[in-house]
Amino acid sequence: MALLFAILIAFILYPVLRVVWIALSDETGNLTLIHFLNFFRRPLFREALWNTLVSGLLVVVFSGLLSLPLAYIIARYEFRGKLLLQTAATLPLVIPPFVGAVALQLILGRSGMINLLLMRWFDTTIPFMEGLAGVVLVQTLHFFPFILLNTVVSLSNIDPSMEEMAQNMGCHGFRLFRRITLPLMLPGFVAGSLLTFIRAIDDLGTPLMLNYKNLLAPQAYLRITTVGMDDVDGYVVCVVLVVLSLVSLLAARKYLGLAEYATVQRSAPVTRRLQGKKVFLVWLLCGAILGVSLLPHIGILLLSFSKVWSFTLLPTTYTLGNFAEILFRAPHFIKNTLLYTLLAAGLDIVLGAAIAFLLLRSRLAGRNLLDAIATLPLAIPGVVLAVGYLRVFHGWDFPGLGAPLTSSWVILVIAYTMRRLPYTVRASYAALQQVHVSLEESAQSLGANRLKTFAKITLPLITGGLVAGGLIGFVTSCVELASTIMLVPRIELGPISYGIYIYMQSPLGRGAGAALGVVAILLVSLGTYLTHRFFGGRAGNAFRI
Amino acid sequence: MQPAEVKLDGIGKSYGEQWVVRGVNLHIRRGEFFTFLGPSGCGKTTLLRIIAGFAFPDEGTVSLDGHPMNHVPPWQRNVGLVFQNYALWPHMTVFENVAFGLRERKVARSEIEPRVMETLKQVDLQGTENRRPSQLSGGQQQRVALARTLVIQPRLLLLDEPLSNLDAKLRIDMRIELLKLQRDLGLTTIYVTHDQEEALALSTRIAVMNGGRVVQEGTSRQIYEQPANEFVAAFVGKSNLFSGRVLQADERFIELQTDDNLIIRTASSALAKLPKTGGEVLLSVRPEAMELKAACSIPTGPNQLTGHVAASAYQGSFVEYEIQFAGRSLKTYAVNPKGKALFQRGDEVNVTFAADDVVIVRND
Repeated sequence: MALLFAILIAFILYPVLRVVWIALSDETGNLTLIHFLNFFRRPLFREALWNTLVSGLLVVVFSGLLSLPLAYIIARYEFRGKLLLQTAATLPLVIPPFVGAVALQLILGRSGMINLLLMRWFDTTIPFMEGLAGVVLVQTLHFFPFILLNTVVSLSNIDPSMEEMAQNMGCHGFRLFRRITLPLMLPGFVAGSLLTFIRAIDDLGTPLMLNYKNLLAPQAYLRITTVGMDDVDGYVVCVVLVVLSLVSLLAARKYLGLAEYATVQRSAPVTRRLQGKKVFLVWLLCGAILGVSLLPHIGILLLSFSKVWSFTLLPTTYTLGNFAEILFRAPHFIKNTLLYTLLAAGLDIVLGAAIAFLLLRSRLAGRNLLDAIATLPLAIPGVVLAVGYLRVFHGWDFPGLGAPLTSSWVILVIAYTMRRLPYTVRASYAALQQVHVSLEESAQSLGANRLKTFAKITLPLITGGLVAGGLIGFVTSCVELASTIMLVPRIELGPISYGIYIYMQSPLGRGAGAALGVVAILLVSLGTYLTHRFFGGRAGNAFRI
Repeated sequence: MQPAEVKLDGIGKSYGEQWVVRGVNLHIRRGEFFTFLGPSGCGKTTLLRIIAGFAFPDEGTVSLDGHPMNHVPPWQRNVGLVFQNYALWPHMTVFENVAFGLRERKVARSEIEPRVMETLKQVDLQGTENRRPSQLSGGQQQRVALARTLVIQPRLLLLDEPLSNLDAKLRIDMRIELLKLQRDLGLTTIYVTHDQEEALALSTRIAVMNGGRVVQEGTSRQIYEQPANEFVAAFVGKSNLFSGRVLQADERFIELQTDDNLIIRTASSALAKLPKTGGEVLLSVRPEAMELKAACSIPTGPNQLTGHVAASAYQGSFVEYEIQFAGRSLKTYAVNPKGKALFQRGDEVNVTFAADDVVIVRND
């Protein structure tokens, strides 16, 4: 317990508080709000804040518009090819948003495929990818599955008798949807929306890739990396980001606490079978939505095999050279990724299981505080955690390492571990909750001691949940960019996400970057597939708040 | 609104190859408390859902008050339904739940509140109107579900195992409440249950169902006292079944010999036709009709046998004995055991029963 507290405080609470403290104090160490006043006095920052809020909300709105019809169709209808659609609907999650940004540039950008066609046929272009619109577009296409998955779970948890009763009372059609179905599925929708909002304002990679800097996350990054570690404005921006995320997270918690109806399901959800023309219409609708959301995948795949691709519809020459580059000339990106993320996932499993065990099976005082700190990373943008780490661990030799922590790759493993800890805590908690205490008690009454009971009864029963939690940690760490680019000590210690970022800086490196992107997509797909295997139908739950 | 009458004509419903309901003909009269009784999977809930309009029959016609209903959607039937799990909407208060049906019917705003309040009073739920369903006990939720349905004054009330989620004592209390309420309102009610006690206590008539078919239809007394077949005899109450052949039959008595060489005599009056001599029959004797005495002599007359007590269970108002006889076990109830000597395991006992208590269940 004490050890857990020490770890969580050292690597989560203290770095964040340090950031907050710098933003709130003056040179002499007194509490002051002057930096915040300055922040709001600067038009640049006011605009960044406004843009962040607007783009976050727009992403939520557009994602909601995409997700609602899809969710309803998936949860309520049975038709040929539904499984295919369901799988396609989760694919956007496997492509890191900043990789998607590059790919979309090629297809929808100023000189991308679509605009070249428009230019040729109609002598006009549409600025899909310019400025804020581009950021919103990329983020919407990447994040909408969060809303989709949560809404589907919510919808299929509605007991069919709830709707039948309303029909029996004379209610039907859209009115039935508005009065019964919508309010009952709202908790899932809201949970997904908030998750999307938090992830969208936290996303550093997309704006950087699209070269749109006037948002809070890139502002914080630029301040710290260009102006310097001592520039107080960077810290202020960080604190504003944390406040935004925390407020949304708490609001979500509060709302869900009120509204998460325990609709214990008794009968199987009713799905209607569609046939003939209706299947065609459903396919048309889903196909259109998912087709657009799979554009990034297509773009990145093409780019990874291309030698030259500029101002043309498709690449002009193809090559395998990009893969040779990343597999043989610079294989360290892939190696590093595997090393860091697997280590982090392993640590997450151990920490998550320990915390969940304390929460559910002990009566120790302070276990709720432990839970609170372990959940905190959900609301801490990667930039902020990275800034905190730089501030706290820079410039002094870490015991046992002989160098500052920030100059070792270990810092990345720690960052990944802490960032993804909430997922494994949730997963272990859920798994452990399924194991009724009586199962352990009967083992103990038959003569097994505590340790044996844990090893023989509890552990086998929760392994699935633990591994699934670890896999989600692995999957999301693979494509973590925000904290990575700030914490990578040297280029040869960087993981895939860093590699992609570096390659994409130069036009000649784009192909290799895309090849790395393909590798990232494959890794994430593998992880997601395995998660589904372990979690089964409950995989959607892992993406809930 | 006048209570409805319901006619089911040759109703059949299949899921794929499997017929869940087949060839059901029933006429439920105005004001009746009619029960579909049967084990799970017998098709009783499907039949109820067909009447409510949530399932469409593949064969036959449902009519309400003479109007065919097969293609009328549920929201136009004005039929009240109470689900087994109550299906209270968690996002609405008790008041909103109960007012829902009135709002759907465009009842004037000023009229809604008094009607909701009156109905809540009827089911003894005053003061709970601003609570959420999750803040109520099981029994209260059950009554909200009932109030929600009663408030729209349906012409027909459908109840799908409404008491099965309550604990035993509450279930018996609610049974009486429900009985009084239904008799006061005179509402045609169709009740689905697998609990034979509940069915006997509440119903004016019962349809016992098995394997998708109605196997007997009649009043509670007819069902219990004259089970029409082996299934009803065994499913409704407990029965001791004997198979045997007819030795002789006249207008007053029928005498039979069972496979274990017992001689059993029964009254002929209850039978429509006399069985042939030598015909195979199945007999049922209820446990409470069997009387136990300490064995003193070898039984000689009909309707007597000697056995051993294999188990005894004292239940307060009666003692349940299991008697070992000729390689099989019989159940007997000794009612009102207060102060009397009880038999112990291993005791030898004489069992006797009256000719009137023997029912011929199958008569080939």
